[in-house]
Amino acid sequence: MNSMDPFIAAALFIILAPVVGILITGLDRILTARMQGRVGPPVLQPWYDIRKLFQKKQVAVWGAQSFFIFCYLIFIIFTGALFFGGGDILLVIFAFTLGHVFLVLGAYVSYSPYAHIGAERELIQLMAVEPMIIIAAIGLYQVNGSFLIGDMANHPGLPILLLPGVFLGFIYILTFKLRKSPFDLATSHHAHQELVKGSTTEFSGRTLAMVELAHIYELVVMLGFIWLFFGDNLWLCICAIIIIMVLEILVDNCTSRVRWQDAMTSAWFVTLVAGAGNIFALSIM
Amino acid sequence: MLSNDTYMELLIFLILFPLLMAGLLTLIQGENFRRAAVISGAVLVGIASLITLADSITTQAVYYSVPVDMIGILIFIGDILISGYIISVSLKARQYLVFGITILQLILLCAVEYLALADHAHIPELFSDQLSGIMAAIIGVIGGLICVYALGYMREYHAEHPDRPDKRPRFFGIMFLFLSAMFGVVFSNNLLWLFFFWEITTLCSFLLIRYPETDEAVKNAFRALLFNLVGGACIPVAFLVIFLGQGSQYIGLHELVTAGPGIALIPAGLIAVAGLAKSAQFPFSSWLVGAMVAPTPVSALLHSSTMVKAGVYIIARFAPVFEGQIVGILIALIGGITFLAASAIAISQSNAKKVLAYSTIANLGLIVACCGVGTAEALWAAILLIVFHAIAKSLLFLSVGTVEHQIHSRDIEDMTGLVTKMPRITMMILIGIAGMFLAPFGMLISKWASLHAFVESVPPYGILLVIIIAYGSGITAFFWAKWMGKLIAVGEPQTKDESHIPRSEKNILYILSALTIGVCFGFPIISWYLIEPWLLTMYQSVTDLISLSNIEIMFMMLFLVLIMPFSLARFTHSARRVPRYLCGIPEGGSTAFMGSCGINREIALSNYYLDRIFGEERLSRISVGMGIFLIVLLLNILIIGGGL
Repeated sequence: MNSMDPFIAAALFIILAPVVGILITGLDRILTARMQGRVGPPVLQPWYDIRKLFQKKQVAVWGAQSFFIFCYLIFIIFTGALFFGGGDILLVIFAFTLGHVFLVLGAYVSYSPYAHIGAERELIQLMAVEPMIIIAAIGLYQVNGSFLIGDMANHPGLPILLLPGVFLGFIYILTFKLRKSPFDLATSHHAHQELVKGSTTEFSGRTLAMVELAHIYELVVMLGFIWLFFGDNLWLCICAIIIIMVLEILVDNCTSRVRWQDAMTSAWFVTLVAGAGNIFALSIM
Repeated sequence: MLSNDTYMELLIFLILFPLLMAGLLTLIQGENFRRAAVISGAVLVGIASLITLADSITTQAVYYSVPVDMIGILIFIGDILISGYIISVSLKARQYLVFGITILQLILLCAVEYLALADHAHIPELFSDQLSGIMAAIIGVIGGLICVYALGYMREYHAEHPDRPDKRPRFFGIMFLFLSAMFGVVFSNNLLWLFFFWEITTLCSFLLIRYPETDEAVKNAFRALLFNLVGGACIPVAFLVIFLGQGSQYIGLHELVTAGPGIALIPAGLIAVAGLAKSAQFPFSSWLVGAMVAPTPVSALLHSSTMVKAGVYIIARFAPVFEGQIVGILIALIGGITFLAASAIAISQSNAKKVLAYSTIANLGLIVACCGVGTAEALWAAILLIVFHAIAKSLLFLSVGTVEHQIHSRDIEDMTGLVTKMPRITMMILIGIAGMFLAPFGMLISKWASLHAFVESVPPYGILLVIIIAYGSGITAFFWAKWMGKLIAVGEPQTKDESHIPRSEKNILYILSALTIGVCFGFPIISWYLIEPWLLTMYQSVTDLISLSNIEIMFMMLFLVLIMPFSLARFTHSARRVPRYLCGIPEGGSTAFMGSCGINREIALSNYYLDRIFGEERLSRISVGMGIFLIVLLLNILIIGGGL
């Protein structure tokens, strides 16, 4: 990724992220199935799902739902383009939050009990992870001396060596972002959900396809964040991502969903102890 | 542009004209006449303040000595009159604490005057620079708009509460007096003058809060008075330190700030304590929450353009003195804790005005934190915060006031589906909320800049503030977003009805919404032409906090957010409508379903308030405790520092 033109990098993200994301999600589903003693779908199943959803007839409680989800998708793509274009990391985080607020609003509009609780929980998740993401950005700044992702990506050493706590905290909240158990409060990939489908209950057809697509883009952006902890050591980074994803899937399959209180307070606690402690120490030294 | 003398005449006009209007309005009884007077007065004040702003771009700071010798004595007599009035009302209401503090303040002030008689240096009484210009524009434009809005609002208010005494002539008189005093605060160079105007704002807020004359209103008004007097008492102490220790030439604001921390730190710290009380930081915050009993335009005025802004203004003035000092760090920590705690408490509130009140306290905390850090970058963020907050918050208060008169409730739960009943007003509330926390809009730019500013300054305390903001911003997103969700969640569409809203109210809301969006586009201009030149004179160097490429990206986002709603129509008709999923058979309207045993049930949804974690009482107790500890620590340092 060295010194690539930001616009080309952003365009590559927009085109390639769905491919990468769909492959990762597909492998995720196979691995999950194997852990559960099933064979699992083909690797490209997520793509078949999205394609089929796009062909379905549009039904909705209120038309405005699709509007908000469209905004959600657009701003998640915008965030990713900004990220891989090498923009300011804080701006990326704020754009990310904006995107999620649109998702939450889309869930609220329907006034459906399940979507409503899903939306509230989505917000709780947002509140739980936001501190850690900002602290990660600050930690990366302390190591690189720049807020630009373009500069961070070219760091010759291993930032993770200076940011072990931040990295651990980030992995912890990654579970929220990947919507994996035990923190899949708002909506879950699995069928055993007490909220039907939570925040996505009232979405169908094209709207649901946009949600799925946005999740896939989101996944790639989150993995991009992990990359920043490894500077320009690309191979090490890919190994780390594989290990982390396998661990996440393992945790997803052997834990049960926790209550929101536990999810939020534990995330804040880990953020404070691991993340904040780490950047505070860096600032003293 | 204007010559210096004309410019000074403009400043004096801005102070005296609202005063004149105040006198006039107190006498006017006829409603039509009052209407004409308020509108023309507000327009004149607004225009004059904008000219001041425009002129401060091109001129260097201007200083001006008032050629009348007597005026110093008049100011002193004014101080005594204010104290006398407070003493009489506090005795009548048996508020002995207020009485005692006023007496103490009076004694201190007499001592100061005694010293000033013996030795007084000639310093310019009035001045104006870019910061004064910005503040004047906020006071003149926003304050003026609120006064005009109040015309329609107060008529409805008295129709709704026939039991409360109708003292509207006096009400509008005090509103304009308030504006006059605020102009006085931002244009005074002589700190004795500044204190005089400062006390007038305290008095005005007291009178406005007790306007409903209910027991609760009177009680809260006295609390506001008490807290502001306790803070205000630090100012005469600061004067004593100046006269006894450093010499009377430092009674000028400009002279004091440029003298550097060696001379200015102790007086600046003491005056900042008064600023903390006025800007409702913990432990003083409860007066601002209590001020909610007043009619909504009063809340809007106190929260956006006057009163609390006087508090942060004075701290911002002394910010260069605080840079890198332990006093500054303590002030920044008080601000930071206030930001975090007040945001957290806002989560547990369902009363719209209380949510707004706590969010005001939180944002002021962020401004105070920036000022306490005191670097050029942090101050840049602070001034932008003041601007953005004034506009967005006044918009929110006024639109909530309008909604309140239509649905007769200020509870957020009662605003469910407001978008179908009052689409325009809802749109404006949404703009206001977006302005408070979402990405391309105002407040977020400042939050971003303050993160940039804190990360490098006064290690390791800067990082502590960064951590506080990290937590605070998640919390902020939570309570604003759930309010937005409530507004747009539509169960059964209500019939659209916005026709009862007075036209003046609607127009003011339109103007404020346009301003909220306008400053997002205009903030680079405000920064280049006003804030950066001002910081350059204070710090001799300024670095760009937000680079041009980032501003371009922000504009791209802003543009994206603004054009999005135009595609709304396409989406609304593209889908076939189906009833929502209720895990039962939908009945009649789509918000009811047939549950088990064939019973019809209506669904009712309400938001999370997370009381157990973010309960008001618990959190206030903790944060007031921390606030008291930090304030006492701060005063200790100032006293010991003064003794050494």
